Amino acid sequence: MDIGWYLVVSALIFCIGAGGVMTRRNPLVILLCLELMLNAANLSLIAFSRMHGNSDGQIFALIVMVVAACEVAVGLGMIVAIFRRKLPVDVDELKELQG
Amino acid sequence: MSAVIFFIASIGALAGAIGVATLRNPFYSVLALVCHLIFLSALFLLLNAEFIAAAQVIVYAGAVTVLYVFVVSYVGDGSVPLGPGGVRLRNVALLFVGMLFVELCIALLGSGLKAIDTRGATNLGDFGTPAAIGESLLTKFLFPFEVASLLLLVAAVGAVMLARRRRGGTTIDDEPYDATRYITPRSLFSGTMAEAVGALHAPVEEPTKPRPQAPVPAPTRGSGSDGSDSDDDTQEG
Amino acid sequence: MSTTSWGWLVLAFPALGTIVISLGYKRLGRGLAGTIGTLAILLAFVSAVAGLISLQGHDEHARQLTASLWDYAVTGGVDARVQILVDPLSIFMALVVTGVSTLIHLYSVSYMKSDRGNARYFAYLNFFVFSMLLLVLAANFLLLIIGWAFVGAASYLLISFWYRRETATRAGIKAFVINVVGDIGLVLGTFFILRYAGTLDFLGTFRAVEAGAFASHHGALTAGCMLLLVGAFAKSAQIPLHTWLPDAMEGPTPVSSLIHAATMVTAGVYLIARMHPLFEQAPAAETVGAIGGCVTLLVAGTIALTQTDIKRVIAYSTMSQIGYMIMGVSAGAYAAGMFHLLTHAFFKALLFMAAGSIIGAMGGAQLLDKMSGFKRALPFTFLCFVVGGLALSGVVPFSGFFSKDEILAFVGARGGWFVILYVIGYVGAFLTGIYTWRMIFRAFFNRPVPEAVELEHGHIAHAEFPTNPANGEREDTEAGFPGPEHVIAEREMPMKVAMGLLAIGATFLGALQIPFVTHVIDTFLEPTFADSKFVNVEPSDSLVWFGMALGTVVALFGISIAYQVYVRKPGTAARLERRFKPIHTFLFNKWYFDELIDFLVVRPWNAFGSFDRDWFERRVIDGVLVGGTTGIVKAGSAAVRAVQTGFLRYYAALLLLGGAAVVLYFLIASS
Repeated sequence: MDIGWYLVVSALIFCIGAGGVMTRRNPLVILLCLELMLNAANLSLIAFSRMHGNSDGQIFALIVMVVAACEVAVGLGMIVAIFRRKLPVDVDELKELQG
Repeated sequence: MSAVIFFIASIGALAGAIGVATLRNPFYSVLALVCHLIFLSALFLLLNAEFIAAAQVIVYAGAVTVLYVFVVSYVGDGSVPLGPGGVRLRNVALLFVGMLFVELCIALLGSGLKAIDTRGATNLGDFGTPAAIGESLLTKFLFPFEVASLLLLVAAVGAVMLARRRRGGTTIDDEPYDATRYITPRSLFSGTMAEAVGALHAPVEEPTKPRPQAPVPAPTRGSGSDGSDSDDDTQEG
Repeated sequence: MSTTSWGWLVLAFPALGTIVISLGYKRLGRGLAGTIGTLAILLAFVSAVAGLISLQGHDEHARQLTASLWDYAVTGGVDARVQILVDPLSIFMALVVTGVSTLIHLYSVSYMKSDRGNARYFAYLNFFVFSMLLLVLAANFLLLIIGWAFVGAASYLLISFWYRRETATRAGIKAFVINVVGDIGLVLGTFFILRYAGTLDFLGTFRAVEAGAFASHHGALTAGCMLLLVGAFAKSAQIPLHTWLPDAMEGPTPVSSLIHAATMVTAGVYLIARMHPLFEQAPAAETVGAIGGCVTLLVAGTIALTQTDIKRVIAYSTMSQIGYMIMGVSAGAYAAGMFHLLTHAFFKALLFMAAGSIIGAMGGAQLLDKMSGFKRALPFTFLCFVVGGLALSGVVPFSGFFSKDEILAFVGARGGWFVILYVIGYVGAFLTGIYTWRMIFRAFFNRPVPEAVELEHGHIAHAEFPTNPANGEREDTEAGFPGPEHVIAEREMPMKVAMGLLAIGATFLGALQIPFVTHVIDTFLEPTFADSKFVNVEPSDSLVWFGMALGTVVALFGISIAYQVYVRKPGTAARLERRFKPIHTFLFNKWYFDELIDFLVVRPWNAFGSFDRDWFERRVIDGVLVGGTTGIVKAGSAAVRAVQTGFLRYYAALLLLGGAAVVLYFLIASS
């Protein structure tokens, strides 16, 4: 298939992920949708690297995966900490950083 | 042939994505993510990125989602209904997302890149093989490679620090384990083990037996959100 | 050394004295501050003498020398230089100032020896002398104004020297405020004159005036001179800006003798004498000056008849004598006025010093009512009082006689309506005789009071606890209050030396200008006043003899009346007071000038200030300007703060919205 198809799929996955981030209240699910967005970016990176025939894009995608893994670790750690302090695990309730 | 595989893989990936974003139960969302990741690695294979596809399945679908599963089990599968004004927000979000998609497509497809209409470069050599990736990582991209490992170290330490027990605070582990807090009453015919073993008879709206409230310790945190009340909400069906 | 270098040295020594004392007072120890101060002024005096000698070495027509240290701002229309003018008039004033100041410093060494603010006192006093010298040596209006202002500041510092006394601080503020009114007059007058003269320099201005710069702007010249007169009247305590001088007696006695007798109050006289080319072209200003001086000398004389605080009697006498001087220089008798300035400095400083001595003998009390019969207990002080009193009353052959008569002779010789001033001058001399000897007879004759008796037996009376002589409230001897010790002249050698020298001067200085015999002052000051149009007004011989005779008769008549009332028949004063009660009350309350000024000026100003504070300040400034600005900022920040809702999803939405906007921008930009 043409590279353009892959890019459209990537855009679609990105937008679904964005919608999930904006809509869900459970922080775990928000993190999952964030993973979706990262994966979409990965897909388009791989697509472009295939287009140029240069494997730099794949290395970039690999690093993005590393970053995603780190972010998941820290985010989940935070959610566990919230849960352990008996705070509601709901982003609409956790709104003390407000002005 | 590759077109068929492409369509199957992309439809699967999209289905998984929609499942992540919309399913109520976070546990099911994690499973949908696994499905999405596996189909996505199929797409990677179509793009000659063998190593990345393998890494995706092993690392992402293997490790990261396992991490998620652990946390979802610990935190609980509280599925929350949309709050007041949530329906309107959801519709606005959907509208915005639709517009974003259109905009991205225009950006990507109308960008004037000629090569988008092709299948990519033709003379590939050892493009995408682990050997090529490994060589790049150790020569051209050595520095990002090392920094990425440092980043992983930082993340690991950070995660441990975040979740450890703090001095002077009480956590949920200080209370005696009260099983009824974690057993959400379910409706009939939803497939719970309780029903299967015959312990569930009545509709879900009133509890089957009076739940002995665990003694709630005095709130210890300074900034005043009362956790105990909405904690119950989080657990309700 | 050139003449002007001596001039700079005259300025440098007191300045150096101030700096050394004020910076090093912690290390200096008690006595050293006084020594340094006195030495500084003595060196200044020596420099002034050397400058005099050097000046006289110049040719007669080249005796107005200037020297510029630094061009401060020489631009279009303004030439502001740090420049001094050494000419006979300024050297004369410098000699008077430094000479009398040296003796007063010497006196202060004993008088203030137990005061905790000793070093501060000498620093302030040196600063005052420096400022006064700056004033008299200035060659342009800029330095004159600077010296004028500094002198006012030094006066404030010294009047409120015992700053823990509320009466002293109030008196200091009163003096300063009235002096500021004078400063405004001086500065505005300078502006009027500068506008058409085109230069700040004195000699340049005088040349411009002579060349006719004000020929078509006569109003500006008159206005300028009137405003200069306002300044002179404020500084020299003439009616109506005189109310600060009696209150200024709150300061230590040496301060009163230096600033409010000999030097600062004569600055107005110096100003008019220096500006004589301008005043001669503006006869209206001269008239005002002469009338003002005359009125003052009469009013002050009448008030002095009834005052009971010994220092206030002498203060009003100062006011009266300065009135003579102002009248003299306004009428054109420049040399005579300067001569009277010289003699007055001597005998008035002497009188104040002697008053300090008797106040010490009284243990700090100043009321004349309580003093009596000190003749045997304080012989030296009595002698000084007598010498000073005779000089002040104008009894031959003391110096005051010659100087006062010379002024009055000149005024009489002017003729026309000046004859009225001439007559009032002699009435004033009569009153002078009475009030001066009233003071002396009351304090030294008749039965000794207990303090005098104690002193005869050898120890100075001390009050049980120190009190403020003005309002009788009990006080302390800490910093900001007078020291615990009371000194009298008989026991302190520095005081004796100072008073002795002044007494000699008061007695013999008349020899400088005996009519028909010596003309030292006239000839000395001639280069400065040669361009005056009154230079040829000479009183006729018969007028001079008549004046001398009249002066003697009037003075002796006054002394004899005082003797009758206070020594021969002691109850007379009380009887007269009862019979003429309304007049006595009127005079005792100083012609109600304080109340008048309070009613006309102070109360409206206070009301205006309160209105301003309550209404304008609160509503307009705080409400609209400050409140409005902060209100706008607060509203703006509240609006911006509304974005920080705390909802994670809002933030995520905003993030994505922003990202989409950027992509959109690039999309549009590239198409």
